[in-house]
Amino acid sequence: MIAYLLRRLLLAVPTLIGVNLLLFTLFFVISSPDDMARAQLGAKRVTPEAIERWKADRGYDKPLFWNAQAAGRARFTETIFVQKSARMFLFDFGKSDAGRDINRELSTRMWPSLALALPVFLVGLFVAITLALLLAFLRATWLDFTGVIVCVVLMSISSLFYIIAGQYLVARVWNLVPISGFATGLDAARFLALPVAVGVLAGLGSNVRWYRAIFLEEIGKDYVRTARAKGLSELAVLFRHVLKNGMIPILTGTVVVIPSLFLGSLITESFFGIPGLGTFTIEAILMQDFAIVRAMVFIGSVLYIAGLVLTDLSYTLVDPRVRLQ
Amino acid sequence: MMLPGSGSWRRTFAAAALLAALCLASVGVRAGAWNDPYPASERGQALVYESFNSRPKHLDPAQSYVEDEAWFVYSVYEPLYDYHYLKRPYSLQPNVAEAMPQVSYRDAQGNELPADAPVASIAETVYEIRIRPGIRYQPHPAFAVDAEGRPLYADLDEDSLGERSQIGDFEHTGTRELEAADFAYQIKRLVRPRIESPGLAIFSQIVGLEDLAARLQAEVDAGRLDPEGWIDMRQFPLEGVATPDPHTLRIRIRGKYPQFLNWLATTFVVPVPWEAERFYGQPGMGRRELTLDMWPVGTGPFMMERNLPLREIRLARNPEYRRDLYPCEGEPGDAEAGLLADCGKQLPLVDGFRFSYEKEATPFWNKFLQGYYDMYASTRFASFTGFDTALQLQGGALSLSPAMERHGIRLRTEVEPAIEYFLVNMLDPVLGNGGATPEARERARKLRQAIAIAIDIEEYLAIIKNGLGLPMQGPVPPGLAGYRDGEAGMNPYVYTWANGRAKRRSLDEARRLLAEAGYPDGRDVGTGVPLILYFDGYDSFQRARLELLVKQLARIGVQLVPRLTEWNRFQEKHRKGNAQMSFWGWNADYPDPENFLFQYYSKNGKVRFQGENVTNYDDPGFDALFEEFRGMDLDADRQPVIDRMVELLRHDAPLLGGWNNEAFQLSQPWLGNTKPGKVIHSYRKYYSLDVDRRNVLRAEWNRPALWPLAMAAIAIVVIALLALRHYRRREAQTARPGSAT
Repeated sequence: MIAYLLRRLLLAVPTLIGVNLLLFTLFFVISSPDDMARAQLGAKRVTPEAIERWKADRGYDKPLFWNAQAAGRARFTETIFVQKSARMFLFDFGKSDAGRDINRELSTRMWPSLALALPVFLVGLFVAITLALLLAFLRATWLDFTGVIVCVVLMSISSLFYIIAGQYLVARVWNLVPISGFATGLDAARFLALPVAVGVLAGLGSNVRWYRAIFLEEIGKDYVRTARAKGLSELAVLFRHVLKNGMIPILTGTVVVIPSLFLGSLITESFFGIPGLGTFTIEAILMQDFAIVRAMVFIGSVLYIAGLVLTDLSYTLVDPRVRLQ
Repeated sequence: MMLPGSGSWRRTFAAAALLAALCLASVGVRAGAWNDPYPASERGQALVYESFNSRPKHLDPAQSYVEDEAWFVYSVYEPLYDYHYLKRPYSLQPNVAEAMPQVSYRDAQGNELPADAPVASIAETVYEIRIRPGIRYQPHPAFAVDAEGRPLYADLDEDSLGERSQIGDFEHTGTRELEAADFAYQIKRLVRPRIESPGLAIFSQIVGLEDLAARLQAEVDAGRLDPEGWIDMRQFPLEGVATPDPHTLRIRIRGKYPQFLNWLATTFVVPVPWEAERFYGQPGMGRRELTLDMWPVGTGPFMMERNLPLREIRLARNPEYRRDLYPCEGEPGDAEAGLLADCGKQLPLVDGFRFSYEKEATPFWNKFLQGYYDMYASTRFASFTGFDTALQLQGGALSLSPAMERHGIRLRTEVEPAIEYFLVNMLDPVLGNGGATPEARERARKLRQAIAIAIDIEEYLAIIKNGLGLPMQGPVPPGLAGYRDGEAGMNPYVYTWANGRAKRRSLDEARRLLAEAGYPDGRDVGTGVPLILYFDGYDSFQRARLELLVKQLARIGVQLVPRLTEWNRFQEKHRKGNAQMSFWGWNADYPDPENFLFQYYSKNGKVRFQGENVTNYDDPGFDALFEEFRGMDLDADRQPVIDRMVELLRHDAPLLGGWNNEAFQLSQPWLGNTKPGKVIHSYRKYYSLDVDRRNVLRAEWNRPALWPLAMAAIAIVVIALLALRHYRRREAQTARPGSAT
C-alpha cells in the first residue's frame, strides 16, 4: 500500500504542474499584469507611472517565462512564473495583490468554512443514509413512492432557491434565526443553524435517492435472504448487513469531498455572511485579486487529489477484499 | 387514521398531540428576538448598524479613493476643509483649519503678485492655512509612553507581538496634539515607495513633490531605504510644504489652480502622525495586518475599534474628539424635516458604528425590514431587490409604499452630482471627428445628433432605472455652479421646450439629420450599404440596456451591434481608441463644474495622454475656454464661460445622452439627521439615534413564530409512527408477499 501511495503522490506532481501551468496561462497571459494593476488601482486618475510602480513593487515587471536580461539560473528564476507560480508548490502563496498575507488569511478563514461545511457534511450524510434506509425498509409502499417523489422534487430545485427561501421563511417570516452573520464560540450555532439546514436540505434529494438505490440493490442479494432466513429482524438485516455493504459506493462519493470541506462554499457563505474561504474567494474574484484566486485554485487541486487518494484508502478499510498495489 | 390497538400507541399519539398543541399555542407569544444578529450587550448602546459589501482595499488616506473606503477614512481622519452638511449647493467650510486659507500668488522670480494678476504671470500659488490649536489624536498604542516619556511599543518584534492581531490587543494607549507638521508628513507620504496614491496626479503640482519622489526612489534603489519598513518622512524636506510654526501649514503649488482648495477637503491632506508609521513599521506588524492601511490613526470623530475583514468593522467614538457642533443652518425645508433639531450639540451624536459584511442585496434588505440595519442607501448594491416593496413612482415623484410608511421608514432623495452617459469615441472615422474632410466631419456630427435624439433616455430610465434619474441636458449636473435649470438649461439639439418642460425632438427630425449625414433610412447614400454601428460594453449587466438601445436606434434605421467583452478588454479598447460607442459614468470628486468639464479638455485625452477624456474630444475652441475657466477663482463669474463650453459640447455631441442619477436613502424611524450628500463623506458624525424606540420596534417586528417548529415535530413523529407501524406489521407477517421464489 505504501508503494501505491508513493506512486499516487508522484503522479500528483505532474498533475499539479499541469494545473499550475494552466492557471498561469489563464492569469498572466490572458490577463496581463497591466490589467491586474488597473484592477487594483481603480479606474479613476490612474497614470501609466502608477501602473509601472505597482508592477515593480509586486514583481510583476519581470518577463513571464524567460528573463533574457538576467544571467545563469536567474534567467529562469527571475520570471513571474517562478516567482509567483512555482513557489506555490511549497505552499508559499505570498501576498495578495492588495498586499495581504495569503497564508495567514487561509489559516484564519479555514475555520468558519469548516464550521459550516463539516456539520453540513456529517448531518447531511447521517440524514441521507437514515432516510434512504427508511425508504428501503418501506420499499414498494406508498410511503416509499411519496419519498422518491419528494426526493425528485428536492433534486430539481436550485440550491440558490433553498438559500433565499430559507432566509425568507425561517429568518424573515418566522423570525427563528438571524438571516446572516457570524459569531465565534457557542453563539455561532445561531448563525449556522439555517445555513446548515439549507445545505443539508439542498443535498438531500439526490443523496437519498442514490443511497436508496444502493440499499435496494444490496437488499436483493443472496446474503440478505440468508440473513432473513436465519430469522434476523428486518432492522438487524438493514443495519448489520445492508448498511455495512452499502457503504462502499457511498464512500466513493463522500470521502473524496472531505478535504474540499476546507475550501468552503462560495454561494452559501456569501449569502449567509460567513467569513470563510468561500467568501474570501468570491471577494477575490470580484476584486480581481488574482494572487488569491490562483492560490485557491491550486489548493483546490491539491485537496481534490488528496480526496481521491483518501477514497482509495477508505476502500481498504471497509472492504477487506480490496488491496492497493 | 386508525390507531394501532395497543395502549402504548395511544399514549404516544397523545403525547405528540400535546406537544403540538403546546407549540401551536405559543404562536404569537412574545419572546426575545431570536433572529437578532447582534449581541444582547449592544442593545443599550447608541450604535448605528450598517453593512459593507466588499472589503475596503485601502484605509490609508494616501491611497483610499473609493466611496466604500471613504465611509471609514473620513470618520477617522479630518481634512482641513469639508462641505457643510446641510447647505446646498455644497459649500466649503473650515474643518481642522481655523479659517479658509490665505491665498497669494508669486511670479517666476518669487515676487508677490496681486490677487487679480493674469494667470499666465503666476508661477506659484501659496496657501497659508492656520490649524485649530488643541486638537488631539485618538487614543492609540503608537502614542503610548512610559513614565519617562519613552514609547512603550517602539521595539516590538515577532516574539513580543505574540498573538496580537487587533489594535485593542495592546494594553496601553496615548495621544498627543495635532501639529501642522503632521499634514506635511502626509503630503510627503503621497510619494512614499510602496504607496500608489491616486492623488498624485493632482498633488504633483506641489513644488518639489516630484523631486522628492525621485529622491526617495533613488534611496531605495541604492539600498539605503527599506520600502517595507518605516521611512521617516521627516528626514526628507519638501520644498513646497513648510510649517513656520506648529499651527501653520504653507503649501506652494505650481501655477494657479483654484480647485486645489477642493482637494484640501480630501483625505490626501489629513494629519498622519509619524509615530503611527513608526509603530506599524515594526517587524511582524505587516504579517498581522497591523498597518495604517487597516488601522487608521486620526483626529476624527470616530476611531477604528475592530477590523475583521469580510466580517465586521467597528467604529467607536473618539474620546479625544475636538469641539465640533451640529450646524444650526441648512437649506429651506431642513428645519421642517427635523434636521436642525440638534443645533449646537457636540458631535458625534452616536457612540459608534457597526458595519457587518453583507455581500448580497436580498439578505441585507430583509434585515433592514427587520430593523437590524438602520439605513439603506441606493448606492450600496447594484440592484435594489426591494424596490417594488418599498417605493412607488407616481408622476415622476418617488414615494414610500404604504407598507414602508406603516413602518415609519423615512425616504430622502438626491439628484447626485454625477453623470452616466452614452458616448462616442471622437477618434472614430464614422461617428467621431476622424473624417478626412470638414464635410465628412460635419456629416458625422449630424449623425451623432440624430442618434442623440433617437436614444430615448426617458424611456430608458423608465424601463431600466425604475424612473430614477434626470435626463442629462449637459455635462454639468444639477447642484453645481454653472448648471442651468428649465428652458435655459435645455439641450436644444435634442429637446424643444413645450408646455413648461423639455420635450424630446421627434424621430422624424432624427431621420432628417440622418439623411443629411448621408444615411437616409440608415443606408449609405452612395453605396446603399446599411449603416452598422458598434457599441462596446463590458458585462452581462449591460445586456438588458443594450437590447433597449438596439431597439431605439432601429427606429431610425440604424443597426447597432453590441460588442460585449470583459472589463479589462473594455478598458483597453478605450485606451487604444478602438471603441466606437460605449457607456461611461463620472462621480464628482468635488462639487465644481471643473471636475466635469476637464473631461473634454484635449490634453486629458484617453488615447493620447491616458487621461480622463474618454471621448477623446479635441476642440481648440473648447480648450481655450477651458484654460481660461481653469484659472478663474471659484467666486468669480464663471457662468458665461461655462455656458460657452456647454454649448460647444451640445453642438458637437461627443455625449449621446445620459442622466443624472437620483439616489435615495431609506432610514429607520429611530435614525435621525440623515441627508443624502454625494460628496460629503463625514456625515456619520451628524447622525442621531433613539435607542429605546429601536429596541421596542425591533422586538415588535421580530416575534418568533413557533408553529413551524411544531409542525416539523409533528411531521417527524407521524413519519416515525407510520414507519413503526409498518415495521410491526412486517415483523408480524407469516409470509412476505413476493419474497418467495
